[in-house]
Amino acid sequence: MGPALKLVVQRVALGLLLLLACSVLIFTGTMILPGDVAQSILGQSATPEALANLREELGVNDPPVQRYFEWLFNALQGDLGTALTNGRSITESIGSRLSNTLFLAFWAAIISVPLAIFLGLLAVRYKDRWPDKLISAVTLASISIPEFLIGYLLMYLVAVKLRWFPSVSMINDSMTLGEKLSSIAIPVAVLTLVVLAHMMRMTRAAILNVMQSAYIETAELKGLNMFQVIRRHAFPNAIAPIVNVVMLNLAYLVVGVVVIEVVFTYPGMGQYLVDHVSKRDVPVVQACGLIFAAVYIGLNLIADVVSILSNPRLRHPK
Amino acid sequence: MKNIPISALIGLFLTALYFLTALFAPLLAPYGVAEVVGDVWEPSRIEIMLGIAPEGFTESDYWLGTDNIGRDLLSRMIYGGRTTIFVATAATILSFTLGSVLGFFAAVMGGWVDQVLSRFVDLVMSIPTLIFALVVLSVMPVTIPILILVMGLLDSTRVFRLARAVAVDIEVMDYVEAARLRGEKTAWIIFREILPNALSPLVAEMGLRFIFAVLFVSTLSFLGLGIQPPAADWGGIVKENKEGIVYGIPAALIPAVAIATLAISVNLVADWVLNRTTSLKGGRG
Repeated sequence: MGPALKLVVQRVALGLLLLLACSVLIFTGTMILPGDVAQSILGQSATPEALANLREELGVNDPPVQRYFEWLFNALQGDLGTALTNGRSITESIGSRLSNTLFLAFWAAIISVPLAIFLGLLAVRYKDRWPDKLISAVTLASISIPEFLIGYLLMYLVAVKLRWFPSVSMINDSMTLGEKLSSIAIPVAVLTLVVLAHMMRMTRAAILNVMQSAYIETAELKGLNMFQVIRRHAFPNAIAPIVNVVMLNLAYLVVGVVVIEVVFTYPGMGQYLVDHVSKRDVPVVQACGLIFAAVYIGLNLIADVVSILSNPRLRHPK
Repeated sequence: MKNIPISALIGLFLTALYFLTALFAPLLAPYGVAEVVGDVWEPSRIEIMLGIAPEGFTESDYWLGTDNIGRDLLSRMIYGGRTTIFVATAATILSFTLGSVLGFFAAVMGGWVDQVLSRFVDLVMSIPTLIFALVVLSVMPVTIPILILVMGLLDSTRVFRLARAVAVDIEVMDYVEAARLRGEKTAWIIFREILPNALSPLVAEMGLRFIFAVLFVSTLSFLGLGIQPPAADWGGIVKENKEGIVYGIPAALIPAVAIATLAISVNLVADWVLNRTTSLKGGRG
């Protein structure tokens, strides 16, 4: 087994361990904190009998460790429990919503990743000249406004004033791909703007870092042209940092989606989560929290594995 | 304090303006925070001056118009700024005190203390902050102290990482070793040797964390899980007036201007502090 493979296996094992620890954290976060779930569901006027019944139903009376393992094993088998508010299976409710959320995030990623890398390269190429300054000014501005306000700003301008796209992003299965894309155009634009700023800044820093190293100078001095320098020397060394940047921002995208879905009343995971947090529907919150954490950890894991695999020192052991 | 660049001066001025407005909100606001003074979504004096108000309106008593139930928006923005800035400041102070003290402690102690703290922070940071906050707020009553506590604790993980990284470099310096050999206690080493030398990167980071806290509390309030009505805050104003957007009423966009100008001015100040400290280090060699 080569050292690269060994590192990858170690990293994956670490990721799984982290996920397990996260599930413990989410579970304890909702179960052991001072706050009576039954009381908050039924309100202050609940009778003691009703409270006792609900506690029994929720299984709050069982020891926490036992409840945790029951929850975990059911979740591993795809059973996330039932929602307290409507008694429906959480797995079923999440199924279509998760694919809607991934649909939104997918299109945002498809647009923002190439654009960010291109603009990042542009900023490096014209470092300290006006394209670079313009790009950093725009990124500063878009970092300074919360996502939901960028959402309403675009909704006001594009949907209400210009009437190009609908202001509410409803999608369902009977729509064609074109209709769906038109319906999610504004949220995709908002998400793109939000991650673009971070991604561009980080790409710029990563490439500058590579371009300033000694071997690039050597390559230039031995007479290679700019294209050759980038293709043979800069690019292979920039893969790992760029993939890292992309993955970090995709992970960020997953969180940005939560707020944007609420703004555009898009039927995805984020809206489902926020809805049920205000209804204090703990099983739903736990399930959504676990899924978001899993996606986040998974993307970070991919970033690390790619950077291990793209490192020639590990691929060709001495 | 000479040679402050013009951008930092603007930033300082605007930041001070926001904090003073927050401090003296009851004196500056023309109306009460929950006082219904007019009709729903009356156009603002600014819109009328610019000539972009709907037809039929030629004058208005309200600089920013009225909100979804006829309260004066300027007053709500001023009081809202007060709440937002207060919560964000308190959360930032909490996260800095806790994060930097624990970070320094981990760096000074090393060994298993460092391992336990660092791995725990890694674990908390592996869950997105917003998701974690939502999970916690689903079982906790949403009050201002709990909001500050949740935001401060979650953010202290980031401060911890920075403080630890800075302190690890300082910890190997000769003067720290000299203090150790003199027989100083851990508390002395943390507060008298490491803290003064680690202060400038921390102060620059503080600006960014404060902005993050402003954005975060606005997001939570917008989602209905932050400041509860009738109290005003910038995220809540967006939530209350969002239905107007579809009818072309821009009331919900006003907080965007306030948040963006505050964020950019604090960023300008933080950039200046950071540049000043890095060039100082460069000068020292």
